[in-house]
Amino acid sequence: MPTEADATDELTLEEFDLASDDSKRQVEETLAALENELVGLGSVKDRVREIAALLLVDRAREQLGLSSSRPTLHMSFTGGPGTGKTTVAQMMAKILHSLGYVRTPRVHTVTRDDLVGQFIGHTAPKTKEAIARAAGGVLFIDEAYYLFRPENERDYGQEVIEILLQEMENERASLVVVFAGYEDRMDTFFSANPGLSSRVPHHISFEDYSHDELMRIADLMVAKENFRFDPAARAAFADYLELRMKQPRFSNARSVRNAVERCRLRQAKRLVELHKPLTRDDLVTLTETDVRGSSLFRDGASAG
Amino acid sequence: MQLRHGAFSYLPDLTDDEIALQVRYALDHGWPVSIEHTDDPHPRNIYWEMWGLPLFDLIEPDGVMAEIAACRGAFPRHYVRVLAYDARLGRQTTALSFLVQRPAHEPGFELARTEGAGRAQAYQVKTYAAAAPPGERYAD
Amino acid sequence: MVAVEPEKKADRWDPGVHSYASMGYFDADYEPKETDVLAVFRVTPQPGVDPIEAAAAVAGESSTATWTVVWTDRLTANSHYQAKAYRVEDVPGRPGEYFAYIAYDLDLFEEGSVANLTSSIIGNVFGFKPLSALRLEDMRIPVSYVKTFQGPAHGIVMEREHLNKYGRPLLGATVKPKLGLSARNYGRVIYEACKGGLDFTKDDENINSQPFMRWRDRFLFSMEGVNRAMAETGEVKGHFLNVTAATMEDMYERAEFAKELGSVVVMIDLTVGYTAMQSMANWARRNGVLLHLHRAGHSTFTRQKTHGVSFRVLAKWCRLIGVDHLHAGTVVGKLEGDPATTRGFYDTMREDYVPTNPANGIFFDQHWASMPGVLPVASGGIHAGQMHQLLDLFGDDVILQFGGGTIGHPLGIAAGAEANRVALEAVVKARNEGRDLLREGPDILRVAAGSNRALEAALATWGDVTFDYTSTDAPDAVPTASY
Repeated sequence: MPTEADATDELTLEEFDLASDDSKRQVEETLAALENELVGLGSVKDRVREIAALLLVDRAREQLGLSSSRPTLHMSFTGGPGTGKTTVAQMMAKILHSLGYVRTPRVHTVTRDDLVGQFIGHTAPKTKEAIARAAGGVLFIDEAYYLFRPENERDYGQEVIEILLQEMENERASLVVVFAGYEDRMDTFFSANPGLSSRVPHHISFEDYSHDELMRIADLMVAKENFRFDPAARAAFADYLELRMKQPRFSNARSVRNAVERCRLRQAKRLVELHKPLTRDDLVTLTETDVRGSSLFRDGASAG
Repeated sequence: MQLRHGAFSYLPDLTDDEIALQVRYALDHGWPVSIEHTDDPHPRNIYWEMWGLPLFDLIEPDGVMAEIAACRGAFPRHYVRVLAYDARLGRQTTALSFLVQRPAHEPGFELARTEGAGRAQAYQVKTYAAAAPPGERYAD
Repeated sequence: MVAVEPEKKADRWDPGVHSYASMGYFDADYEPKETDVLAVFRVTPQPGVDPIEAAAAVAGESSTATWTVVWTDRLTANSHYQAKAYRVEDVPGRPGEYFAYIAYDLDLFEEGSVANLTSSIIGNVFGFKPLSALRLEDMRIPVSYVKTFQGPAHGIVMEREHLNKYGRPLLGATVKPKLGLSARNYGRVIYEACKGGLDFTKDDENINSQPFMRWRDRFLFSMEGVNRAMAETGEVKGHFLNVTAATMEDMYERAEFAKELGSVVVMIDLTVGYTAMQSMANWARRNGVLLHLHRAGHSTFTRQKTHGVSFRVLAKWCRLIGVDHLHAGTVVGKLEGDPATTRGFYDTMREDYVPTNPANGIFFDQHWASMPGVLPVASGGIHAGQMHQLLDLFGDDVILQFGGGTIGHPLGIAAGAEANRVALEAVVKARNEGRDLLREGPDILRVAAGSNRALEAALATWGDVTFDYTSTDAPDAVPTASY
């Protein structure tokens, strides 16, 4: 039983043990999941870890009365499609939730069409509705630069930006906004909207995956669905990726997922056409034929 | 007088935090929430003015609270109520309704009578405030 | 399941007396049709009477049979009209009592007539000598028969939209004393109670048109009270004007006058009979006036466990007949009511589909085909201090009636009404906020009383009053997988 003197002592010492903090444990779990479930993304993981550390310390300072204002938490995630922005946003929401900066670990994803109305007076209710649905969590605006169309003076996107800005400046709001899209276009977007830019202190840049990383992603995806490549198929898939990466509209992990899905379709068709009883091995194995059946190989590299 | 309308009109006026809890109760049931206001609180006045469309598919009450604040801002002297709607088969009606704003001064209602035959009277409840045209009611 | 002795049926049409079972009134293989009316009786045979034969006798006597073979049966498709006992079970823990399940073809009943339904099912058979007691426990009304009735004149949803009141139980009170008040004093009670915060007040079942207060005078003064209270509060108010009278003509006259005075509701007693109830339901629907039913007299046949008709059956009949309100027990009040059984009554009145649930005394799946619900009334010996229990038991769709608990308030009737309303709103608000009513209820009420003198006085007066007696009508079934 601590005496009264002990208690006073504790207060004057003003110690704050981060290690014994329950929220810290939750954050670490999320960071571990980030590390284990996502291939590559080294710099992204570093940035997320930095932001998490900053927030943890901020929170400790706040609890000791060293700071009082809620930190600005809005972020931009830049990078090509399929580089893990949405997944990382979900993990970020969990971290923010663990630290008590948002009430739920939920991410509400929108694009321009969900925010911009088609006639006068339509945009504000739509944007407010999106904000209301994201309330207490994270609003993830994909390809945010489409909100800004300087070539069209009467575009309602500007109205969305103003409403968002209002919401982001609201001290009592419990909403974190993440703007996402290609790096170069996001840069233009932010430089054209300095008010917005000043409200978004955290930037995370997502690089395209290397061929090696994409192969590991493919292996993970295939294993998760209880399939496997036989050695020839894996080699063929590596060839496939090399070709695909040079093609337009290559979207990293998303393209890998689509390619795997199409391999599964070709495998199914092949198995059905065998007209014979199937073994467990048949059912789980993707063969070279299943991969090489892709039109990318048929048309040759010239198609790209 | 104090208008008795909605589920909580005999309790002290709800704070915004208390309102948010009631809104959350509605949202947790999957009931869309809407906001209405009026300057004629006659007990038979069913159709108060809608403040925008009902708010569908919300999970957190923030959006509703923002609209309540906006409605109060636009009509600071009106009665404002929150309604939750239950669209389930067999219900399909309002599930909860309560006031979130009342004017500072509430003149109440007049009971007008018309004498009839056999000692019967025809009664008519009239809103004192509605004697003034809309827009001029509940002025301080 | 009781063993069956197969009997020869060769001599079925020989003149004389045969066992009912041998005449086809028991058929263990019978598969009830979707359109059959099903009934389950609690049968207590006289000593020495075989339970199967007793069940067959009930089936026979409640359908085509008489005590001896009549050749005129052979002029009909006899087996079609015969009711069939198809299952006989021991009542768990009650030796000498049996549940007999009986199926009746839909052809046995006139469309839309509870009078005919009841004449058939309970017409003759309850006095049958070989039985020492008989109770109709439950019925399954097939959808095909449900659809021949219109059901409640308005129903719960329409009533709420009419009154403009949502998200909480409604509050009422019966004017007390039941007898002797002059019309002027009577209206005073109504005015005070409605002004104080009740939604309704109510005539008692035996207030009709006595020498101390004739009906027309009561109606005039009651409506004065109702309208004054409406202007004072800005809420719709109503008084259940009891139009029960000696003849249909009198009832129509009184109901018409209530309507002319602008009353939102009229009331009848169960004692007027099923036909009169159904006529009044039609009148209420045509005239847009809510119909309140007081179940006066029901305990003469619903209360005893071994003989009579269960209230859950009466509740089904009342929903078909088309009343808007029906008294269904309080559990915590002064009148009979086991919690599980009462739960079964409330489900039967309010839900669109009520699945078999032996724990609540529900023997059959009942589909209501979207027929509106009847608003249950909980009345008799309840007070503000029980508000959290009442809300927890009954939910929002119920009228809670606090007669003594309003009028007996030490600070006056309006204060009594206010105490009840404040208590109600406080527990509804707390429930919606996610608080545990049964655990925190007394606290919630105490806090609410802190800012309301009327509630504080009510809790001080009745806070500790309870009525804990053993119920006479608890379900027999212990819910097990094999039941």
